[in-house]
Amino acid sequence: MLTCKEFLTELNDYLDETGDIELRRRIESHITLCPNCFVILDTTKKTIQVFKGVMPQTLPNDVQARLLKAVERKTSERKLRARSPGIQP
Amino acid sequence: MPATQEAGIFDESALVAKAREGDLSAFNELVNSYSRKIFRLAKHITQNDEDAEDVLQETFLKAFEHLPDFQGQSKFYTWIVRIAVNESLMKLRKRKSDRSVPLDEPVDTGEDTVVREIAVWEENPEQKYSREELGQILDEAVEGLRPAFRTVFVLRDIEELSTEETAEALGISVPAVKSRLLRARLQLREKLTRFFKRKGDDVFAYM
Repeated sequence: MLTCKEFLTELNDYLDETGDIELRRRIESHITLCPNCFVILDTTKKTIQVFKGVMPQTLPNDVQARLLKAVERKTSERKLRARSPGIQP
Repeated sequence: MPATQEAGIFDESALVAKAREGDLSAFNELVNSYSRKIFRLAKHITQNDEDAEDVLQETFLKAFEHLPDFQGQSKFYTWIVRIAVNESLMKLRKRKSDRSVPLDEPVDTGEDTVVREIAVWEENPEQKYSREELGQILDEAVEGLRPAFRTVFVLRDIEELSTEETAEALGISVPAVKSRLLRARLQLREKLTRFFKRKGDDVFAYM
């Protein structure tokens, strides 16, 4: 059986589903016998879910507008330089 | 890899190729595709709207400037994430001029991971708080992490980069990503447990 320390080391692979079947089986058998590790696994899984669930992916309109303006400035500077290679900006 | 992701990679490399040839609308399309993600990433690392906006602009201006040097060996997104992370960390360094926060901050991977708080959570703990309160709890929890842990957590669990992509974006090894991610997750779990644990309960609720 896994020790609690080994369980912690392998926790990420289990959560990310990157561990092999044998490892998953050993972790699952560990948590049925060890309530502390069960809680650690359960609450770590929930931690990741909470972050994924509420982290908004919004960009304020004015921020986007200023970004596009800055990119436009940069690209027109380049065009200007390409047309007049002798003139330094 | 799912087919949709493959299609995404294909579109991205076609746009990058066009942008490299000077097609500005292709570059703008790349900006529009990734600006929200880059802003969110910068906001999480810098914890500040103003810095995040600076990082966002700097990232795309640098990407535009250095596009001819982009070899296309990695994904464009991973490449700009790397620029954005570096810019974000520079902001942090400027703010905390007394403390340096290098990207390759050494982490003792042999050190034990400490778990202090073990308690069962409420059924749907996030429903106890308003969206605003919850956002603040999560922001403060992430802010409390060391930058080296925070960046890995943000890239892996919020931006959903793979372990390999995160390693590449940060210029660190795969084992370092794994070790930092474990610490970040466990530390966040610990911080959130203080808010989300079931009152008057303990681990024996499961026995």
